[in-house]
Amino acid sequence: MQLEYFHLIDRITDLDIGAKTIAVEAQVPERSSIFEGHFPGHPLMPGVLLIEAMAQTSGWLLIALTNFERMPFLGAVKEAKMRGFVTPGQLLNITAGIVHEGSGFAMTAAKISVGGELKCNATITFRQVAFPNPELRGYMDAMAKRIGFPHQASADD
Amino acid sequence: MSTTFDQVATIIAETCDIPRDTITPESHAIDDLGIDSLDFLDIAFAIDKAFGIKLPLEKWTQEVNDGKATTEQYFVLKNLSARIDELVAAKGA
Repeated sequence: MQLEYFHLIDRITDLDIGAKTIAVEAQVPERSSIFEGHFPGHPLMPGVLLIEAMAQTSGWLLIALTNFERMPFLGAVKEAKMRGFVTPGQLLNITAGIVHEGSGFAMTAAKISVGGELKCNATITFRQVAFPNPELRGYMDAMAKRIGFPHQASADD
Repeated sequence: MSTTFDQVATIIAETCDIPRDTITPESHAIDDLGIDSLDFLDIAFAIDKAFGIKLPLEKWTQEVNDGKATTEQYFVLKNLSARIDELVAAKGA
């Protein structure tokens, strides 16, 4: 993770186009200025960043399912539950699956576990639109490479 | 057996917390009921699930933006219900 850049996903460990599921790993850094304020003497990964991590995981699944033709943007977060603390240095296993694929939108169910223990989960709605510009598309291509996006797994293969 | 409109009205009432008796076939989802685009995604989700279809929201939006259709054709509830009936019929054809 690079929290200051909102890079919350380290690597894709599984992407199943048929089952419409994804699994990723993300290592919470040992040190970050975020932990200095959240909280002094009791550093915790903020819940909003856990939600963002679930959203980014879901987003990569949706990008895969649309063959990099649509960019998912966060629309709504429902039933988000923070079930346990996430602390510096922990390895997150984040999974997401499709709840519904609509026309121009999609809903996912995502969860984060640490060492097999469920830490949080949410149902997330995304609007899916054409990439607004080549710069963002190029950035997402580079990011896909960085996190090991398996291009051979695209939806039209 | 409830009509398509009745089902749609119930979905809207439950999804958007709008009193059921204020929703009529002539109601425009956006202009009269004040449903915004994000809330309409929840309604579309519920309709897709209830009727086993996929409301073509992107196509409809494009048609409206291109001036080829009016929002009334898709978002006045009697018209929305008719579109749903057409999609259900097409699925079964």
